[in-house]
Amino acid sequence: MAVPLAFFALFFAYPVVAIVGRGLKDGGQWQLGRFGAVLSDPDVVHVLWFTVWQAAASTGLTLLIALPGAYVFARFDFPGKQLLRAVVAVPFVLPTVVVGSAFLALVGRGGLLDDLWGVRLDTSVWAILLAHVFFNYAVVVRTVGGLWGQLDPRQEEAARVLGAGRFAAWRRVTLPALGPAVAAAALMVFLFTFTSFGVVQILGGPTFSTLEVEIYRQTADFLDLPTAAVLTMIQFVAVLGVLALHAWTVRRRESALRLVNAAQTARRPRGGGQWALLWGTLAVITVLLIVPLVVLVERSFAGPDGYGAVFYEALRSAAAADSTFAVAPLDALWNSLAYGAAATVIALVVGGLAAAALTLPQLRRGPSGRTPVISRFVRGFDVLLMLPLGVSAVTVGFGFLITLDKPPLDLRSSWWLVPLAQALVGVPFVVRTMLPVLRAVDGRLREAAAVLGASPWRVWREVDLPMVRRALLIAAGFAFAVSLGEFGATVFIARPDRPTLPVAVARLLGRAGELNYGQAMALSTILMVVCAGALLVLERIRPIDQSGEF
Amino acid sequence: MTARADTTAQELLRLGGVTVRFGASGRPALDVVDLDVTAHEIVCVLGPSGSGKSTLLRVVAGLQQADAGQVLLEGRDQSGVPTHRRGVGLMFQDHQLFPQRDVAGNVAFGLRMRRSSRADQERTVAELLDLVGLPGAQRRAVASLSGGEQQRVALARALAPRPRLLMLDEPLGQLDRGLRERLVVELRRLFHELGTTVLAVTHDQGEAFALADRVVVMQDGKIAQTGTPLEVWQRPATEFVARFLGFDNVVEATVQGDAAVTPWGKVPVPYGTLDGPCRLLVRPASVRLTPVPEGLPCTVAARTFRGTHVALLLQPTGGPQVEAACALRDAPEVGQRVGIAFAARDVVVLDAAA
Repeated sequence: MAVPLAFFALFFAYPVVAIVGRGLKDGGQWQLGRFGAVLSDPDVVHVLWFTVWQAAASTGLTLLIALPGAYVFARFDFPGKQLLRAVVAVPFVLPTVVVGSAFLALVGRGGLLDDLWGVRLDTSVWAILLAHVFFNYAVVVRTVGGLWGQLDPRQEEAARVLGAGRFAAWRRVTLPALGPAVAAAALMVFLFTFTSFGVVQILGGPTFSTLEVEIYRQTADFLDLPTAAVLTMIQFVAVLGVLALHAWTVRRRESALRLVNAAQTARRPRGGGQWALLWGTLAVITVLLIVPLVVLVERSFAGPDGYGAVFYEALRSAAAADSTFAVAPLDALWNSLAYGAAATVIALVVGGLAAAALTLPQLRRGPSGRTPVISRFVRGFDVLLMLPLGVSAVTVGFGFLITLDKPPLDLRSSWWLVPLAQALVGVPFVVRTMLPVLRAVDGRLREAAAVLGASPWRVWREVDLPMVRRALLIAAGFAFAVSLGEFGATVFIARPDRPTLPVAVARLLGRAGELNYGQAMALSTILMVVCAGALLVLERIRPIDQSGEF
Repeated sequence: MTARADTTAQELLRLGGVTVRFGASGRPALDVVDLDVTAHEIVCVLGPSGSGKSTLLRVVAGLQQADAGQVLLEGRDQSGVPTHRRGVGLMFQDHQLFPQRDVAGNVAFGLRMRRSSRADQERTVAELLDLVGLPGAQRRAVASLSGGEQQRVALARALAPRPRLLMLDEPLGQLDRGLRERLVVELRRLFHELGTTVLAVTHDQGEAFALADRVVVMQDGKIAQTGTPLEVWQRPATEFVARFLGFDNVVEATVQGDAAVTPWGKVPVPYGTLDGPCRLLVRPASVRLTPVPEGLPCTVAARTFRGTHVALLLQPTGGPQVEAACALRDAPEVGQRVGIAFAARDVVVLDAAA
């Protein structure tokens, strides 16, 4: 518990508090009046309202579209499932800027739909909503589908035998068991879309702006730190509220589940309805997730003289990209991989320890259900771990710059600064993925191990770890992916000679010229391929089953 | 195991005034419990569900903190000693085998925790699997085992680290009857062979009597009676114990000389019983059927075939119903009128306090 707490205090609370303080303090005096001034601005009110409703709409739409997908991935067996599972996760790890560009290329002016039918969505909110679904489809499929696949189908069969119809059995047995996972997924989607930055910046134009975009504009464009600080605080409080609500709903529903091997619950679809569901899901994935990616790849090869690898070759030299880069853009790939790996390790250690600490008190509490003080403290910690998802990444990055620059914490020139910031975003994923599974482990198994002489640490290693190995791998995949795609904070702290892929993409997009745009598309394609490759490797690693332990 | 021969006289486990409360109010799950277990002894705690037996085991294992009282193992106070350092074994009611490990992985778990060598582990696992009647099962998956086999693996797992005290929570609860009866005999032989000290809890008197050297009956978190199976069976100390053992012929009585006055008339009592009011247990075996005019007249209310005998429920003209046992050949039909008389041999005077 001490390690995660120290980590968050040092690399999260301190920078954020420092930058908020800088914005709200004037000559050592807190200027709380600025809240009133900012909040009475009709533009700010408009931004607030839009942020909330587009996040709610995006969350609802994502759940509606992705829940059938979660079912298909959990319960059906079909050729190419592994590959498709990895493909589905790709959009999630793409830099927001690239997703914005891909949708612009699809539904914007001169985009694919415009060319074909003259349909344009870039002036409507639909482009933003669809991009958000594109982004977060994997969150729902992974979080909900992962658990769904491990639910014992016989529970539902028991309900059927007791006279429940197919839908009633699902609603009364499966849905409550999935509740925490659905809530967790919905919460994540809401947070991501609530703090959406790149997508809205590109597709929203001047009409639509979220809080995060506004914070960035105030910080980077107008250098209006006070307004940015107030907006950061508002976002912070709103996120805290959402998280508290979530913790409250989840707590009353989490229960020990019967988990079985996911491979045993999946089978080939039977009957017209199931086939239709499978094909429908495949169609949705194709139209919503694959087409934008294909357009992206197509752009990366569409050189000035017809299709070719022109842009890719240009990536290899620093000179071709004029003065933007001190190094060849391709070096960003190696930087990203190294940073991502380091960030994943940090996130797994911090998140794993935190998740373990969050489940330990149940063991200590026993059947009497006492020790309310400790458990209340732990619940608070639970929420704290989620905060980095909701706090403006822009603020965190800027905060890193102004706080971690003096001894003993002079990390400005340290290689570890970037992985630390990226791990901050990865930890919530690790905790959220592992907690439901850890909590579902029967406490008496831990007691059995303790009686046989296992120390608490050994109990975790011998009982919990083997059961959560799969969840751990998924968590590692997510942490690695978000580290690769992290943009808001990294853009502030990455050194010019060590850019990450998303930072390089953004720099290229920011410069005029077909070569730069093409190179951006090419780099995005590489990023996409790297992420897909990493996720595919993770998919292949299966938990060692019964006989292989020693 | 032989090294402990010189300490046989000493208590291996001593509980002194152990009290556990769940929640602030309500009666305690364990209420000032004192219990000693001598080395190599098999003690069975018998009681209905909710009487605190499982809590007792959890306290000894260190899985449950006692609110008051002491747990001593080999004379040493265990407060502050975490579960994994207590050197006790606990076999859970539903086994709690580790699903991701095979049979050998489960049995060897405790040995790995004490860092035994690989060769040692393999040898011990093979020996124990032989012992519990599952030779060669090392590589089998836990999920492929039947209930009885899981039971044996759980037992082998608990025995493997040679715990100084082995605790069993409803060891045979989930098994079918035939297997149960066979296993009880096997277990008793095994524990005596190994010299294992055992503290078991069960709600099944048959299991307790067959397994234990000494039986401890619990009621509402308190110990109601301690004794050998024969003592407890022959002389239940309280009405609760008598009724828990299945005897329902308990009535108010006043002893005068060699007989007691009861709602059923005069019932002879054993020689030397003190005069005064008490509760009286009349075993079904001591109820003798007579022709109607010679005894207490009754109507047969129900008869149940029990294999070796027939249990009769008789309604006297006055007083509560009487249970009687008789041979199948002599059993009257329901509704028939019979007379009954009582023999002093199987009449027990219960604690007046209860």
